[in-house]
Amino acid sequence: MLARILPPVMAAVIAIAITAPHARADNRPNPYVRSIPASTITVSAAASLTDVFPVIAKAFTKRYPQLQVTFNFGSSNSLVEQIRAGAPVDILATADEASMWRATGANLTGTPILFARNTMAIATPRGNPAKITGLADLKNPTVTVAVCAPQVPCGRLAAELFAKNSLTVTPVTREVDVRSVVGKVIADQVDAGIVYSTDVKAFPNDLTGVSIPSTNNVVTNYPIATVNESRNAQAAKAFVAYVRYSSSAQRILRAWGFSTPW
Amino acid sequence: MTTKRPAFLMIPGIIAIAFLVIPLLALISDAPWSAFSGILSSPTALDALRLSLITSVVATIVATLVGAPLAWLLARDSLPGTRLIRALVIVPLLLPPVVSGVALLSAFGRRGLIGGAIYDATRWQFPFSTAGVVLAGTFVAMPFLVITLEGAFRSQDREIEEAAAVDGATPRMIFLRITLPLVLPALLAGITLTWARAIGEFGATITFAGNLEGTTQTMPLAVYTALESDRDSAVALSIMLLVVAVAILVSLRGYYLPTRTDRTTR
Repeated sequence: MLARILPPVMAAVIAIAITAPHARADNRPNPYVRSIPASTITVSAAASLTDVFPVIAKAFTKRYPQLQVTFNFGSSNSLVEQIRAGAPVDILATADEASMWRATGANLTGTPILFARNTMAIATPRGNPAKITGLADLKNPTVTVAVCAPQVPCGRLAAELFAKNSLTVTPVTREVDVRSVVGKVIADQVDAGIVYSTDVKAFPNDLTGVSIPSTNNVVTNYPIATVNESRNAQAAKAFVAYVRYSSSAQRILRAWGFSTPW
Repeated sequence: MTTKRPAFLMIPGIIAIAFLVIPLLALISDAPWSAFSGILSSPTALDALRLSLITSVVATIVATLVGAPLAWLLARDSLPGTRLIRALVIVPLLLPPVVSGVALLSAFGRRGLIGGAIYDATRWQFPFSTAGVVLAGTFVAMPFLVITLEGAFRSQDREIEEAAAVDGATPRMIFLRITLPLVLPALLAGITLTWARAIGEFGATITFAGNLEGTTQTMPLAVYTALESDRDSAVALSIMLLVVAVAILVSLRGYYLPTRTDRTTR
């Protein structure tokens, strides 16, 4: 329903926004933007969106000055569980389709739309002290590797990645979200971690990435949806549409290393 | 003997009882009874339970072997700067456990102050090892032993020790035969608190030692990981920890919870 109605609506909004990008300054605010009452929306987003979403939110609130956006970052599964338990959240954005489907299947969210795609990368501490050159090095027992727990998207993807490349890797730790893996790598506690490509891009000074050729790599698509219990449904829809359909949000996503699922 | 029960104390008191007990009852009411035995006999649960028991017991032993002597030294003002030292060794009690984990990394991580030298010499590191779990548990739990025991040593009647010394007993004999037996109830209380803190340890462990089944994934970490995908497992594992806690409380109630006779003799 949402997915069917939103594209034309948002196309109109974007058209207006493009023709009147400084609506407020021009004193000609566009009627759709103004029709949304002032409120604060809460976005539950996957840990791998920690850096990019605040930037998108800043651009979003420039267009919708009456709205404020707050974030709740965590592993996709725990975000779904929080919503199931009644967390006052307006929007859910997960790092894979499976966890979003658990929420949608339980009638917790509206119809999700895909807004970004990510791939996996090997993160090493700055300067790559263990001289990792590719996936094959990770099966070496003297190389310490951190991955995510199999219960969370980045862990499922890591397992998929190893299986696709017929590798047996024995990690020293299985962290509950990708940022914990990033933390262990930055602190140089492990020689390598399996993280998202965007994580490597987010920490250019602290991490040295070893990329995985696309034929050997795995991908994940990020869905976003409004939460049914949201008390700011209109503002929530505007944010979802902005993330998926606005050229500014999509430009920001690409700048942070995401690609498009379409 | 009737005790007056003024309403201004009764009402908050009953609120306190309700607040502390309702979540535990709610947890039990959430139990997935039909799946219970299957969850608790899974390799993940058994590994976590075994690891929790071993690491918490070892941490308690280490904390007692070095913490009890420290408590005595502090109680008898045998160290220069007793007050400062007492304050410093209690800090881990007040720190958020995750901060303790970060501090342990700075000291014992493979790039840490001490851990760096160990790693360079042996290629071995505390993080991601079961020894790291013990280290984290000892760090956060030992202050409980030290403060419990120090109070007991301090309030001790010194006359018997002095009499024994006059009769020619060595300091070691006095400590082992007189001082220690006299503080036995406090020692057991301190050990219980220390062990309970160690088995419940989460933040420092996941920060410092990581989360790997069979090696560093203790019960609390298993609960946290299970919450990601399988709430039933998380609840079942939580109830198991609750049962362990209650069992210990009951078995030690004679020492740890004052009975009526204790109260009148005091």
